[in-house]
Order: sequence, then C-alpha cells, then structure tokens
Amino acid sequence: MLEKEGQIRIPSGCAISGFISRDGKRICGDRIVKSISYMHDRSNGLGGGFAGYGIYPEYKEQYAFHIFYDSNDARVETERFLDRHFDVVNLSRIPTRKHPNITNEPLIWRYFLTPLPTKLASSQLDEREFVAQCVININDRIHGSYVFSSGKNMGVFKAVGFPEDVGEFYRLDEYAGYAWTAHGRYPTNTPGWWGGAHPFALLDYTIVHNGEISSYDANRRYIEMYGYKCNLLTDTEVITYIFDFLNRKQKLSFEDIAKIIAAPFWTEIDSGKYSESEKKKLKYFRNVFSSLLVTGPFSIILGFDGGLMALNDRLKLRSMVAAEKDDMVYLASEECAIRAICPDADKVWSPRGGEPIIVTLNDK
Amino acid sequence: MKKVYVNEDWCLACHLCEYYCAAANSGAPNMIKAFAGGKKPIPRIKVEEGSGISFAVQCRHCDEPLCVKGCITGALSVKDGVISCDESRCVGCYTCVMSCPYGCIVISEDSKVIQKCDLCVKNNNGDPACVKGCPNKAIVLEER
Amino acid sequence: MALNYYQPLFEVIRDKERCIKCQACARQCANLVHSYDEELDVMVSDPTECVDCQRCVSICPTRALKITDNPNTFRRNSNWSMQIMTEVYKQADSGGVLLSAMGNPKEYPVYWDKILLNASQVTNPPIDPLREPMETKVFLGKKPRNVKFNKDGTVNTDISPTLELSTPIMFSAMSYGSISKNAHESLARAATELGIYYNTGEGGLHRDFYKYGPNTIVQVASGRFGVFKDYLETGAAVEIKMGQGAKPGIGGHLPGAKILEDISKTRMIPMGADAISPAPHHDIYSIEDLRQLVYSLKEATCYKKPIIVKIAAVHNVAAIASGIARSGADIIAIDGYRGGTGAAPTRIRDNVGIPIELALASVDQRLRDEGIRNEVSVVVAGSVRSSADVVKAIALGADAVYIGTAALLALGCHLCRSCQTGKCNWGIATQRPDLVKRLNPEIGYKRLVNLVHAWDHEIKEMMGGMGINSIEALRGNRLMLRGIGLTEKELEVLGIQHAGQ
Repeated sequence: MLEKEGQIRIPSGCAISGFISRDGKRICGDRIVKSISYMHDRSNGLGGGFAGYGIYPEYKEQYAFHIFYDSNDARVETERFLDRHFDVVNLSRIPTRKHPNITNEPLIWRYFLTPLPTKLASSQLDEREFVAQCVININDRIHGSYVFSSGKNMGVFKAVGFPEDVGEFYRLDEYAGYAWTAHGRYPTNTPGWWGGAHPFALLDYTIVHNGEISSYDANRRYIEMYGYKCNLLTDTEVITYIFDFLNRKQKLSFEDIAKIIAAPFWTEIDSGKYSESEKKKLKYFRNVFSSLLVTGPFSIILGFDGGLMALNDRLKLRSMVAAEKDDMVYLASEECAIRAICPDADKVWSPRGGEPIIVTLNDK
Repeated sequence: MKKVYVNEDWCLACHLCEYYCAAANSGAPNMIKAFAGGKKPIPRIKVEEGSGISFAVQCRHCDEPLCVKGCITGALSVKDGVISCDESRCVGCYTCVMSCPYGCIVISEDSKVIQKCDLCVKNNNGDPACVKGCPNKAIVLEER
Repeated sequence: MALNYYQPLFEVIRDKERCIKCQACARQCANLVHSYDEELDVMVSDPTECVDCQRCVSICPTRALKITDNPNTFRRNSNWSMQIMTEVYKQADSGGVLLSAMGNPKEYPVYWDKILLNASQVTNPPIDPLREPMETKVFLGKKPRNVKFNKDGTVNTDISPTLELSTPIMFSAMSYGSISKNAHESLARAATELGIYYNTGEGGLHRDFYKYGPNTIVQVASGRFGVFKDYLETGAAVEIKMGQGAKPGIGGHLPGAKILEDISKTRMIPMGADAISPAPHHDIYSIEDLRQLVYSLKEATCYKKPIIVKIAAVHNVAAIASGIARSGADIIAIDGYRGGTGAAPTRIRDNVGIPIELALASVDQRLRDEGIRNEVSVVVAGSVRSSADVVKAIALGADAVYIGTAALLALGCHLCRSCQTGKCNWGIATQRPDLVKRLNPEIGYKRLVNLVHAWDHEIKEMMGGMGINSIEALRGNRLMLRGIGLTEKELEVLGIQHAGQ
C-alpha cells in the first residue's frame, strides 16, 4: 500500500502564485483561481489549495479553524476538545460545489473560536501560543482529524486535485480578501491525502512553496526541540514552523528571518557591502540559527496577518517573478500567472536569490 | 644564484644523499645498476658526523675559489657561478684536492681525474640529486 | 633465555638483487633490526624487535625491503588464537600488564562503513563546489535560548565565547611528551594556517608554541600537568579531559624515561619522574563537582573562552552528556573506543567503551529530546578516518570532529602501535633527539594542511551531491543517511532508515 503524507517524505515540484492589495481592497477569490490555472502544467492533479486574507470580516476577532475529518467519530471527539478549550461562536460545514474531478472528500468543517478565558489563564500562555498548542494537539493526538487553517480573518482551502478545480469546489468566487495565495502540486508519489495539499498553515501564517529543500531533516530536528511536531514530513510544514518560531516566538522581523533561512554567503558577508553592525548581526544569525538555514531549491510565499512575503533560496534554484501595478503586488512561479490577471503591470522583475519581497497593508 | 644548503637540524645521517649523488653521476640509468656487481661509485657529497651532529658537505661554489685559482691546466672553471671540471683537461695533479678548504673535491674511481659537485648540471637529473633524495629536507636548493 | 615461547611477529624480506648495501635501513631502525656485516659485506637482519613501522621500507632507495607477517604458526585454534597464546606467554614471562598503543584494532563493526550517503536526482539539483559557493565554516559554543533586543529595538548580538572553524575538523588532544615537539609544532602551524584548532593534550604547552595560542585548545586533565595562569590565558579554549576513548576509566601514563628537560619544564614535574595522571579528577567525583571546575576555569579565564568537556564514549554516554550540557560547559567532546593513545593497557583499549557512531547518535538525540542541544556543541573523535566519516558524523548530529590518528598518519605514522616503547622511527611518538629530528615540521605541517584541504574539498563535493551548500544544513540531517546490513536496533540507535526505505 502506498504510504501517505507523514509516513513517508514525498518530493514534489509545484506552482505558486499570490497577490495583495496594499490599500486593503477586497478582491474576489476567482482572480487567484484564474492566475494559478495558467500554470496547469506545473501541477499533476494531486494537490491544490488557496489561502485568503481578510475573508471573514464578520468574524475577524475569532480564530477560524478549518478541519478535515475522516469520520463523524473524529468530529465528535474534536468538537469535545474544542468545547473544552474554546467558546465556539459559530460552526458549519464549509460550503462546497460538487466537481467531477474532486473526489473522496473528507468532512470539511469550519469553526469560529475564542479561547475560554479560564482555560487560557490557567495555561499561562499567551493567546496565540495557546491556540497553536491546541492545533498541534488535535493534529497529533486525534486520529482522523486535521486542522488545516487556524488564523483570524483568514482561511485555507485545499484538496486533492488541480488547483482550478479546487477553487471551484470551494466556491472561492464567493469570498473576497485583500490578499490571496495559491498552490498547485506535483508530488512524485502520493496517494493524495487532502491534508498533504498546500498551503500549510499555523495561526495566520500560511506557506505555499515550490521546491525540495535539502536541509529538511536538519531544520526538522531543530524546530522539533521547540514543541513543534512535523507530522507531515513536508518542506512546507517545517518552513511554516520556522517562520512561526522566528517571528512569533523570537520576535524577529521578516527581513531578519530572510537573513536566517536564506542567509548570505560568507563571501558576501565579508565583501564589505555591509556595515559593521549589520555584519555582526549576520554573523550572529548564522551562528545562533545555523540549523534554520534552508538549502536546496525553494520559492515560497508566506501569508501573514496584514501582508505577504516572497523568498527564494540563496542560489535561486527555483523560478519566482514579481510585479507591481498601482497598489497591487503580484508574485508567481511564472510571469504568465501574473499576466493572466494583470496584463499591464507597471513593473515586472525577478527577485534575486535570498532577497525577500515583503509587502504589508498600508495601514498596518 | 641558487646553491645547495644543508641544515644540520634535519640531517638524519642516513647517508642517502651520497648514494643518490653517486648514482646520478655514474651514468647508470638507475641506482641498482649504478651499484650492481659490487661497484662503488664515489659520491661528490659526504655526510660528516660525530657527537650527535651530522650534516652533508659538498662544494660551496665559492665566490673566490681556491681550487680554480690553483688549477694548473684550466680544467676547473666558473660558469654562471657553478664551478665545474672539464675532465678532458684534468691531468690528475690533485692541487685542487689539497687546496679546497672544505675537502669537497674527490678523486675518481680510476684515480686519473678529480670529480666534484656541479649541481647536477651535467647529468639529466634536473635539480641536484642530493636535494631530491633527502628524506627530511635537510638539503635544499635555495637563493640566499 | 634458552626457550623462545613465542616468535617474532614479522619477517624481513630483503631482495638481494635490489639491495645496494647503502645501510640506510640499518641507520634508521631504532629497534636495531638491520645491520651491516662488514667482514662478509652483507646486510643482515634480526626481526625479533621489528614492529612493522615501515620506516626502512619507506626509506630504502631501491625498494629492496618488505616486512611481512611471520609465516610461522602455532597449531590453528579458533578459540586460542596465536595472538592470545602469545600474550599469555608474554605475561608468564614478565608478570606485567600488557601495554599497547593507538586505537582498538579488533574486528568490531565499523558503523561508518555501514552508512551510505544520499545524492540529489531530478527533483532537486546537485551542486558543484567548483562552480557554486559551498560553505564549511562552523561555530562551536553555546547558543542563546532567545534573541535579545537592545533598547533601540536592534538585535543584541552578544554571545557566549565561540570557536570559529574554517572547516569542521580539529586536531585531537595529543600531549607534548606522548608525541614529540616537532609533531606538536607541525600540528600547531597547520591549525594556524587552516583556521582550525589543535589540542595540547595533558602535557602543558611548550613556551615556543605560545605564539600559536589563538589556534590552541589547552587541556586540563586529572594530573593538572602544566596548568597555570599563562597556559589557560594563552589557549583559545580550555578542555577538561574526563576520559579518553582508548582507555576509559584510567588516567594517562608517561614513563619517566620520556620526561626530559623540556618536558619536565612544560609539565612542571621533576625530570625522570613517571607522569601518572589519576583515573578521576580528584576534585570531581560527581556531576556537580564538574560544574564547579567548569566555572572555576571560566572565572580564571574571565568568561572569555569556551570550556570543552571531553569524555570517553561509554554505555550511558547520553545521560552523561546531558549532565555535562547542564553543567555550563560550552562544548562536549566524545571520544569513541577506536580512539588512539600513546600507551594503554591492552585489555582496556580492546574491551572498554562503545563505538563513536552509536554514542554520537544517542547523545545528539538525547540532547534534542531534552531541548538542550543548543546549550552545547558536540565534537566527536575516536576514529574519523576520512572525509566521508566526517560527513556521516555531521549528518548524525556532530558539530565538528577531532582527528588524531589521521593527523599522525599524515605525519608518517604507519600504525605499528608501539608508541609506548618511545622508539618511534618516524619521530612522532618519541623524545629521543636523533629520532625526533626525523620529523621536520616544515614538511609535517604542509602534509597536515594538504590533508585537511583535501578532506574539506571532498566534504564539499559530497554536500553538493546532496544539494546542500552549507555545512549547517547537513548537521543532524539524518535523512541523508541510510544504513546497510544493520539490525532494526542498530538503525533505531543511529536514528536512520535502512537503504531502500
């Protein structure tokens, strides 16, 4: 029998795309579906997904959990867990549209949650850490239950299939958000498990990733020391945890995080182009967080509350194109995916390896 | 010019320089043949040893060479700083053997002419054989 | 004695056709195996004292010599091997403890040779170190738990004292006394040129070598030989030696015959007196005592130098390492049972301790399980024989390796395992002036530099094949390893999968 994600590490190639309105204009989800569909050949129908930011303005104070269940038993057990830890403000099945190419769907539910104040206080954790631990708990301990989205005012939608079919299935044309990312997957060998599709998310951090990182096990074994559990054995999962660890826990800026996971080469650090204090910082990062250097090809788009960040590996072994038009910024594996939805960009460029593009909302 | 120098700190008294020298100047294609049948070709370098110290001695190629000055036939001459002997002109008077303050001029096996170190310029050895053969870099060819 | 119960181990074969009777062999053999009979004009040999150090073979200008095993055999017996019988005869003769040197030579498994490396194909490009940048620089020392920020919001880059290595290889502790001054000079100069470190061992530091201090690790062992203020201040790091892979559980032993004037000065002990270091540090009978010594040394060096604690790989090494990580030490060095020595009781060398591969795997995993892997760097020693062993060690979780035996091989050692006799024909493990001078540091240091450069390049090539362009992405990256011919339990301890999985 073929093993599923988490039992075996599966290399895959991919397509990624994303855009953001700096002014915070809410853009219909059909745009991102159109963009990713132009890179059809970069996927093989074994995984597609989307992340939208600003899509739940009516519940923007609640954590939106999207959960896959293999069975009703798993749902009952999970809901018991949720009831013990959260005030469940709303729950429902996520609306879907039958699609001939999307089959074997699990039960897909959505919950809007606020941590129970007593539980939160007794845990002595900050709220986001409390929620993150609950997510890790459910995914690790409740069999047949998988939380695949857990941030505020954002959501992940993913499935086994081509991304454009997944977009139809989840009725993304009925959502609108200020930023969207998308992923089409080309795994070399997988039975197609929905949880294994991307984006991968923890709290409001989502990652879409194209590549295969050679540093995987070094990164995984480091990050697992800090309470994370890399159950899926995917690059995307470990990269998401690295961002969560460095940004949320170590409070480092996204600019600095880029200097850790795609650190400049020593020859560059010593080349004289940096100030002494910057040099000291780069050396400090490469020493202290040496195990979080990510090598091998990758291009990623990180979504977070209020922005997007794109980053390539330091040798730029994967394609990544960026474009600007008015307040919009577009990012994609191939230029065609941008041209499809923005034919007249003001500026189109290829960011250099290791050089992050960080775009945030103007009022953030 | 580059000359052969010896550092007694690293001389092991293995005497291999003597054998490499003798073989290189014997005309034989290899060391085994040079010494085959009990032959004992005479080296132009000699390891002096005693009281725990050892070092190899060979022609210093003096700037004002007494051997050249004393040579009665002009067999010894200086060319590019290297003192060498034209064996066709040597009559075996051994004046040079007696005048060399370092004792570096020796008499050939057949006792007809003298022989001395010429930094291996006349054989096909390239760098001097003693330098190449020293196992501990005690003998070096250097510009000083 | 009229009866020879046991026979010489080796036989000298001289090709008379090739021998030119230059007597180099006779002049070079400190064991007096070769001699020249002037009367008969022949070279003769007596193999009784031959240790197969290969010096005569190497120096013979006509390659006329071979040393082979003595074909003489005792009646074959799978249980009572000839070696075991010979050892019984020797002890019946002498009544003494058997002594030997260098690492455990027995046929235990070599796990390095049962681990295979990965390479990229299709889904991920391999990288060519000749065309793309490839990095092997590493830092050893404690990492802060959390990033601290200055008042102005910038990152506070203050950090515990750190060793910076251009490549993850250092020269193991080998004392002046166990090895010669020229061997020490070769190591010190090579470490300086390479941007790595060598280690004084427990014999103190010769005054002539204080200038190499920035690339020197000074050792504090149970005998405290040569330890004083200047010594501690000169080193780049201080290593507390709790144990050694070749002889876990016992201290060092340098016979009085080797304690000549210079060594006596450097070790600060009387000339001619045996230098016997105690089995334990007599101020360390438990882990809390270790903590006190660690902090005493930190105080003595004003918290400017990392403190290394070196232990032998023994059965509960993971728990011990965890204790050390919590003791304030910055670096743990673990020495496997194949590690070399200048002298050790044979029974201890051959029967005590565990393989470094297994020790490393369990220590690294244990420190990670406890979330304290960043409290310390891990350096492994005890038979790292090639760049492939280095790559496997790093992938199992080591930050760097110590090489001792390989470094001595670069200097000429042929592993005759007779260091304890003090008659090293290669000028390494001896103090006899006529033998010491056989190792010219000018040659020695260059050979060490060559070796490490060659390994560094090979490491880069192997990393490149895996699609890794910096050594830190290899560290602990066990997915790059697969076992071959290993049992489930061995794979479990190593934390790797079997080839084909």
